[in-house]
Amino acid sequence: MSSTFDTVAGIISETCDIPREKITPESHAINDLGIDSLDFLDVAFAIDKAFGIKMPLEQWTQDVNEGKVSSDRYFVLQDLCANIDALVAAKPA
Amino acid sequence: MRLEYFQMVDRISLLDPAARIARAECRVPEDSPVFEGHFPGHPLVPGVLLIETMAQIGGWLVLATLRFTRMPFLVQVKEAKLRAFVVPGQMLEAEAKLLHDGSGFAVVEGRIRSAGKPVAGAEITYRVVPFPNETLRDEMLKTARRIAVPEAFFDAA
Repeated sequence: MSSTFDTVAGIISETCDIPREKITPESHAINDLGIDSLDFLDVAFAIDKAFGIKMPLEQWTQDVNEGKVSSDRYFVLQDLCANIDALVAAKPA
Repeated sequence: MRLEYFQMVDRISLLDPAARIARAECRVPEDSPVFEGHFPGHPLVPGVLLIETMAQIGGWLVLATLRFTRMPFLVQVKEAKLRAFVVPGQMLEAEAKLLHDGSGFAVVEGRIRSAGKPVAGAEITYRVVPFPNETLRDEMLKTARRIAVPEAFFDAA
């Protein structure tokens, strides 16, 4: 998780021009870091590339919009990183 | 090309979603109302329309990749470079390479060449969403046939 977090934090810092020290595992990408939906596409592109995955953003957005889960589940960075780790683990060998 | 109708692609010459690439031929018209203002006595294709041309060839590549199930809408243009003037009558070759097919978004690298020389380039991002209505999808399919998108890519439509 920690190396995933370091990679994700680095991507967010560089892509969204946010000082690295402001980005913590508890940060909510939208509510705390102020990343808007367009900037988040850049972040998602960079994360997908870095980890060789395709984050299911549409499904996540639908889950949040339908009230099935809190947005924290996908947008608090430690949760996001756990989801990334799960997607990496599920990749075909 | 019919600039005033935003018809930038005349004919698809290569469309290979497996190889993540598309190319298209685009002939700049001799006359267009666009040239009356851009510029009087010195007609040039506006740079924004060259960017639109790259966005359209990339859009056809995304549409073919998704078998016309979803529509890409332009949301971001990065690193746009306009390297040469484009004049009435000029032949262009537009090319797009799919850099990433994400969930609800796609990123392509667009290029335009003329007589082998680079004219323009950009990295283009689309938000990819369900077609907002049947009218738009029908029109996209109609246009696809006009510009010679192979029917094989209409599978899911």
